[in-house]
Amino acid sequence: MSIDKKPVTFMLLAVLAIMVGTLLTTFIPLFVGTVVPDTDKVIPYKPLEVEGRDIYIREGCNNCHSQIVRPLPFETARYGPPSTLAESAIDRPHLWGSKRTGPDLARVGRKYPAAWHYQHMKNPQSIYPQSNMPAYAWLADAKLDRRYAEKKMKVLGYPYTTDDIKVLEGKTEMDALVAYLMRLGRELKP
Amino acid sequence: MANEIGYEYDAVKGFALSSLFWAIVGLLVGILISIQLVYPQFNLTSWLTYGRLRPIHTNALIYGFTVPAAFSLFFYLVQRLGRVPLAYPGLARFTLYIFNIAIVLAALSLFAGMSQSKEYSELEWPLDIGVVILWVLFSINIIATIMKRKEEQMYVSLWYILATVVGVAIVYIGNNIAVPVSLFKSYSAYAGANDANVQWWFGHNAVAFVFTTIPLAVFYYILPKSSGAPLYSHRLSIVGFWSLVFAYLWTGAHHLVYTPLPDWIQTVAIAFSIFLIAPSWASVINGYGTLNGQWEQMRSNYLVKFIVLGITFYGLQTIQGPSQAIRAFSALIHYTDWVPGHVHMGTMGWVTMTVSAGFYYMLPRIYNTEIYSIKLANLHFWLVLVGQLIYSVTMWITGIRQGAMWQAVDTDGGLVYANFIQTLTPNYPFWNMRTLGGVIFFAGFLVFVYNILQTIRNAPAAQRA
Repeated sequence: MSIDKKPVTFMLLAVLAIMVGTLLTTFIPLFVGTVVPDTDKVIPYKPLEVEGRDIYIREGCNNCHSQIVRPLPFETARYGPPSTLAESAIDRPHLWGSKRTGPDLARVGRKYPAAWHYQHMKNPQSIYPQSNMPAYAWLADAKLDRRYAEKKMKVLGYPYTTDDIKVLEGKTEMDALVAYLMRLGRELKP
Repeated sequence: MANEIGYEYDAVKGFALSSLFWAIVGLLVGILISIQLVYPQFNLTSWLTYGRLRPIHTNALIYGFTVPAAFSLFFYLVQRLGRVPLAYPGLARFTLYIFNIAIVLAALSLFAGMSQSKEYSELEWPLDIGVVILWVLFSINIIATIMKRKEEQMYVSLWYILATVVGVAIVYIGNNIAVPVSLFKSYSAYAGANDANVQWWFGHNAVAFVFTTIPLAVFYYILPKSSGAPLYSHRLSIVGFWSLVFAYLWTGAHHLVYTPLPDWIQTVAIAFSIFLIAPSWASVINGYGTLNGQWEQMRSNYLVKFIVLGITFYGLQTIQGPSQAIRAFSALIHYTDWVPGHVHMGTMGWVTMTVSAGFYYMLPRIYNTEIYSIKLANLHFWLVLVGQLIYSVTMWITGIRQGAMWQAVDTDGGLVYANFIQTLTPNYPFWNMRTLGGVIFFAGFLVFVYNILQTIRNAPAAQRA
């Protein structure tokens, strides 16, 4: 018997071959303790930070910025201590990234004051004349869309009340993005 | 060539032309984002910023070019290799319309910034459902046609087609499980390191089942057909196929070397990445072996030229990729421009050259005509070859350069280039060279499209529909 004469058997065998590595390296680890860190150590995102993170995703910041510090001496010298599992434990999706056209941002919240980010986002070349980062001045004029704030909290399972979400009133997209950037590197409870 | 069997070519033609159209769009966006990397003033409006355009570039060329090219070539191959007409030609035409609507919506949604942020999986959940429906419609036709084939033994190309059908379905669905917040926004079902692990399991196997098994199916058909030489080794193709399909799924975490993902997952991925050299080179050796004693065809037969250069870049790609998985090498080049240099050798070299050979072979046959101009096909060949080499080589150089600058420490252990901007600006001349390479490649692609369109124009009126 030759399986290249039996398409259904052939496909089932292909699925089987595909599923071995898939289960062992990707889906079984979902339930293994070493990959599922203790989320109790993490400070849940505040409503403004959640909105800021969603703007980071919308603008595709992850196409040029990673958020992961490798345990290599030259890397920790530049960006701070190596990233830990716990720091991204509640991140859906993760934003580790794969390319550093710009620097890593995993600890950027500890590097600059918020005012620096406002200026840099508005006009990166005013700080680094040779920077290739696009200017995001228009975020400062865009009113934050609050319609889904409560739903987002529910889906993500963060413990915030309707009152907490009131903070979003009158905020711009820039406020949200900067609030998110200022959180980076401060994920864990003291 | 009489069509006594009643082969159905409408969808084959439609998908071929759709793929060429969306390729032009994707390549133009590629050139624009390449320019933006040096001249940020080209980020004209919010929906024309690099962060939104880069996913449009990748999605257009994966889902807008490579996937419909596969639909076209696979609908042709299952008919010819089974010696039966397509099972459901009406369904195939319907799939074509739905496909083009979906791609337009996908592009608009990415322009608007609707993104899941996961690379090559950016499309939001309603479009993910659309992609899955499209894939099911396509698979029904492929499987049903193979089931009723007249040729009992399935040729190697059909194995790779079946692997593509099941592989894409598994990895696409697996990575896109998400909880919707609104019609345009969702959150991944996975969190943190797990989300990263699932994402790169998908990411690397999108490479396996879109950029590998699709061109391999075409390669195994076109090489013997265009050269007239029988496949070098059937046994080698069996070993190559099963070990490839088995091993690819273990390798995704080589994208996550030195992250907090547990070391054993990284190490297993690195080991299987090295192993993958064997099945990859099984196809390379099969290709070279097939041409044993026939190498003068590299001068006389433009189809052989495309397919041999294609498989050669596949061979280089599958040495380079596993090398990059090794920790020491990854530490140097990961996060740098080396990686796009690597990817583009595969896409501009292997994938595009193989698909081009497939179209040059197939389209004149189904339009009952000859290729419009072999001279232009040769011009196309040289332009895409030179464009791709300029692109890849400049990216490798600047990637190594930037990686070395990030690592440089003085005798006190302090960073030599402490400010990131010092390591960024030396990229600019290389990125300008990349733009040049991209423009040359694009010019070659336009020659290709022109050649195909002229070929169709010269076809007998009855075939032109």
